[in-house]
Amino acid sequence: MGYKIPREAADNLFKGLGKHYEIFAPKVFSGEGCFSDTGIIRYGTVRTLAEIEFEKKSDYSFKEALLPINETCLYFTENTSSVPAGEEKKRLIFLRSCDLHALRRLDAIYLENGPEDFYYKRRRERTLFVLMGCPETCDTGFCVSMGTAQTDAYDLYLKVSDTFVWADCKSKELSPFFKGFLEECEPETAKSVSLQVEPEFPKSNKESVTLPVSFSDDILSHPIWEAYGNRCIGCGRCNFVCPTCTCFTMQDIHYRDNEKAGERRRVWASCQVDGYTDIAGGNSFRKSQGDRLRFKALHKIRDFEKRFDYPMCVGCGRCEAVCPEYISYINIINTLAKEGI
Amino acid sequence: MNNVYLPFPSQVKEIIRHTDIEYTFRMSFSGQVRPGQFFEVSIPKFGEAPISVSGIGPGMVDLTIRRVGTVTNQIFEHYKGNTLLMRGPYGNGFRTEDYIGKEIFVIAGGTGLSPVKGVVDYFSGHPEKVRGMTLIAGFKSPSDILFREDFSRWEKNMTVIQTVDSAPEGYQGPVGLVTKYIPQLSVSDKGQSAFLIVGPPVMMKSAAAEVLKLDVPEKNIWISQERKMCCGLGKCGHCRINSTYICLDGPVFNYAKGKYLVD
Repeated sequence: MGYKIPREAADNLFKGLGKHYEIFAPKVFSGEGCFSDTGIIRYGTVRTLAEIEFEKKSDYSFKEALLPINETCLYFTENTSSVPAGEEKKRLIFLRSCDLHALRRLDAIYLENGPEDFYYKRRRERTLFVLMGCPETCDTGFCVSMGTAQTDAYDLYLKVSDTFVWADCKSKELSPFFKGFLEECEPETAKSVSLQVEPEFPKSNKESVTLPVSFSDDILSHPIWEAYGNRCIGCGRCNFVCPTCTCFTMQDIHYRDNEKAGERRRVWASCQVDGYTDIAGGNSFRKSQGDRLRFKALHKIRDFEKRFDYPMCVGCGRCEAVCPEYISYINIINTLAKEGI
Repeated sequence: MNNVYLPFPSQVKEIIRHTDIEYTFRMSFSGQVRPGQFFEVSIPKFGEAPISVSGIGPGMVDLTIRRVGTVTNQIFEHYKGNTLLMRGPYGNGFRTEDYIGKEIFVIAGGTGLSPVKGVVDYFSGHPEKVRGMTLIAGFKSPSDILFREDFSRWEKNMTVIQTVDSAPEGYQGPVGLVTKYIPQLSVSDKGQSAFLIVGPPVMMKSAAAEVLKLDVPEKNIWISQERKMCCGLGKCGHCRINSTYICLDGPVFNYAKGKYLVD
């Protein structure tokens, strides 16, 4: 059901949502960017529509709203352990089409690959997703190439301007908020606010990729891995901004002021950073950055697909934008495709 | 909702000391378990470590642990509390039924003997179920030899070659890498043989190459991969090689697939 709501009324409606939901959306964090006097766009909780960055793509993806960077799995006291209670409030997460496609990849790992993940599932079941449109393409995204530019898997679509907010509500759970608003309107106004609303999706991107049709065994020794590997500093930023990277490390800690109590946590991990494959006794695998780059790139375009029948990469282009060494993931894909590997 | 990350307490029933840093912990456990599967063993506030099952008996599993990291250090320090936390078993493990009626050759390097030991134990107890059995086990030095008591039991009904990479002068037993002893193996029917190779990656690769030289088909070779397994549940990603999750699809692989597991 679609609505065109005057901005002030929409702001009130949004406040109403905030009473029932914890709302996560991309926000500008001024002064927190990598360089001095720059900001960064990442996820945080919001109470008003005005706080949400609708225009620019977020530097970090929505995944931290569903998979915390650092999540407590168990609390330990002397001889007992307990599972942390889940969040009281349900969640609304604002995201774009590419990210909504990434959600399917997160579900694949956390709900389908082996047994269901307790912590992911309990949060996921209490989360609704709000689509933000992309009237203009972002700079580094290639969602059109990856087939992730459009989606209808959202619970709510929102588009904002200074004077109006357009909404398409698909969720039964959220529709009472809109119906309540309609009931408060004059009958004449109510007619004018109900209309068909179609999300805005990008029709083309500045960047495009062609996925390799097949992969030969020679791919392991392709010179691009060494060339980019020599430049890679192994910082793992490409993993942390990626909406489809899901790796974590289990980590136990004890509290500094009480050694008898502590936690078991899981913390985001990066396949590009030292220590990722270390096993007891000192062995490790994929020691060079080139091998690690290959491992990651091929997961995104080949290995995940072998298991789940669709590529892992959703073409959001965040890794392309964040790399401090200007390693181009887009160029990697296109080079492999061009050389017919 | 079932929380697969919750460990259960398991009682330490017995400790078997092999070397200063390698003990077998005999733990209470009464569920289904196969040789080569693994448990995530944990000490709260220190962490979890994946440990393979090195023996199976009524109401118990053996976990042979080497003291090489934060968690295993703590296990050695604190097992006197008589219980450890565990979750599992995880992974596919060795299917003993795949080897029935065959001539079995087990080639193990160091602690690689642990995951395959359950298979050796099983057929040592049921020699009538196989055509024959040979064990080649290599250790770094005589002081690194594990499962000494088991070896004297196994020697009674199978061919055992227990070798060490290097030894002080005057050492009586065989010396040299396990691969040295593969060419001299006589395989009565190559089609009906089963080679189980477990150890460090380089050792498995070179041992498999030697076995293939004997004209044994690669589908008659099995290997078990060791990887960092933080979760054991196909989530954490650390053990993945290409499209394979060692914790879910392995750690035991037929060599026809296993040879493609290249990091």
